[in-house]
Amino acid sequence: MSASAVPARTRMPGPQRFREMSNTVGWGVVAWVLGIAFFLPVLWMVITAFKPESAAETWPPRFTFSPTLAEFRLVFSGWGPYVTHSAIATIGSTILVLLLGVPAAYALSVHPVKRWRDGLFFFISTKMLPIVAAIGPLYVIALKAHLLDSIWLLIILYTAMNLPLAIWMIRSFMLEVPGEMLEAARLDGAGRFREITEVIMPVVSPGLVSTALICVIFAWNELFLALNLTVTNAATMPMYLISSVPQEGLYIAHLSAAATVASVPVIIVGWIAQRSLVRGLSMGAIK
Amino acid sequence: MAVVDTSTVLVPEAGVGPRGASRREAWQRRLPLLPALIYTIVVTQIPFLVTLWYSFQNYFFDLPAPAHFTGLSNYKTVFTDAAFRSALWRSVLMTVSAVILAMILGLAFAMLLDRKFIGRSVVRTLIITPFLVMPAAAALVWAGPMLDPNFGLLNYLLQPFGVHHVAWLSTHALGSVIVVMIWQWTPFMTLIVLAGLQSQPADALEAAKVDGAGAMATFRELTLPHLRPYIELGILLGSIYLVNVFDAVRLMTNGGPGTSTTNLPFYLYQQVNNAFDIGGAAAAGVVTVILTIIVATFALRMFARVFQFEGASS
Repeated sequence: MSASAVPARTRMPGPQRFREMSNTVGWGVVAWVLGIAFFLPVLWMVITAFKPESAAETWPPRFTFSPTLAEFRLVFSGWGPYVTHSAIATIGSTILVLLLGVPAAYALSVHPVKRWRDGLFFFISTKMLPIVAAIGPLYVIALKAHLLDSIWLLIILYTAMNLPLAIWMIRSFMLEVPGEMLEAARLDGAGRFREITEVIMPVVSPGLVSTALICVIFAWNELFLALNLTVTNAATMPMYLISSVPQEGLYIAHLSAAATVASVPVIIVGWIAQRSLVRGLSMGAIK
Repeated sequence: MAVVDTSTVLVPEAGVGPRGASRREAWQRRLPLLPALIYTIVVTQIPFLVTLWYSFQNYFFDLPAPAHFTGLSNYKTVFTDAAFRSALWRSVLMTVSAVILAMILGLAFAMLLDRKFIGRSVVRTLIITPFLVMPAAAALVWAGPMLDPNFGLLNYLLQPFGVHHVAWLSTHALGSVIVVMIWQWTPFMTLIVLAGLQSQPADALEAAKVDGAGAMATFRELTLPHLRPYIELGILLGSIYLVNVFDAVRLMTNGGPGTSTTNLPFYLYQQVNNAFDIGGAAAAGVVTVILTIIVATFALRMFARVFQFEGASS
């Protein structure tokens, strides 16, 4: 579109060209204003995190202050167990998702089982069942299985939570493996195993990375299950965040620092994975 | 309990794989699927079966008495409980309004981002960021630094418009929660619609321009029909996630004031955590799941249709 627009623009008479240019600038300004407005709460969170507590709860809000790292220091002094639990639950469940999801996606795409559509829709249907509906019984099951307040429980549940998404996504990457490549490998006498490791994996591995990133985002941010099923031995970052809100006293700067620390890893991951984010979240429907 | 029966929705697939494939071949195909399938059935379906079981039991886990059968009494309680009905209604209201408004905003943002301007990728990055913020962090930052009546940034920014120290979370609790839901999900809608816009064939738009079609007409006649599956997909996926919103309710308003922001997830959470009523929560859960299945059946139908365009392009 842009390539064909360029020669057209040079042929345009002066006034029209001016109108088009000011149009472009105008919409650009609108986009920038809206973008900044949308980003403002995040920016405010980060700014507040650098305030001394006394400067965080003032009227009018203060925009000039001498920044301090005191609140960050405080956050880092207490986050140890929480960040460890979050990291284990996130990485553990993501690995498990890939181990289960890659073969499943293969069986639903490259050499599909007979009722692959039903299989695919079964997985997605589990995303529609509200897990909140089963939270009481889930608590009782965890209690009886001695899994309450254990990191294993979170790994198990986060895997189930992310698996449907991952299968849909990985499947869409596998569908892109050229048929000729599979054919060539077959003529070479490659079995199923070699087909996966030598033909499919190299093609889909960038896709697996973006799948993993999306699983990481959802597992890292999860609160409901962690809040209901863990206390201390497996409490995660979102729970640390809640614990940073005390019943009394000034806490806004501290809260903002904790919120910044908790959010930044995923924000950075998301910025890097922007392009594959849509694809993952649309379960491969959009390329 | 599961929404497994999609066979009515989908045309049975004919002619997959070589004809007359042996039983061994069929198992070879099935084998890689089994671990994920069994895992998902065990982890996601068993809790719902147990929920069904407990929904017929009287069981408070703060009491020493063991669970015992009480027939339909839990269901009777659920259906006569005004709190359950209002939570159900509020869930619908919150989900529908948040999804629709996020989609409208997302459409607008996507149209803007589809234009060329300086720093476009920076603006896109700014716009997707709310989606990446940990929902618990978003809820707490909105509740405190943003919406606080005494030092919140929003009141300060709205001062020129005659707004003075509004206690948003007590006077406009439901609206505030919905605003945060919209803020977090607009980026997702934007990205999906943007993907749709960018997949629009340029020559069709050029042709419309040459034919002298106005911007509005082009949008209505060409762009909107093209975007339809993308919009449907965004609404579908947004609903799946937004109907389960818990963090914002728990951390911004704790369901209040009164029960004015209590949605179903928060109601069920309270049943378990405050009332210790496993049986009652289970019955409410079963009713929720049945309602979900009814809605999901339509959603799956929509899914099957939406994902046609995936099949067509590959």
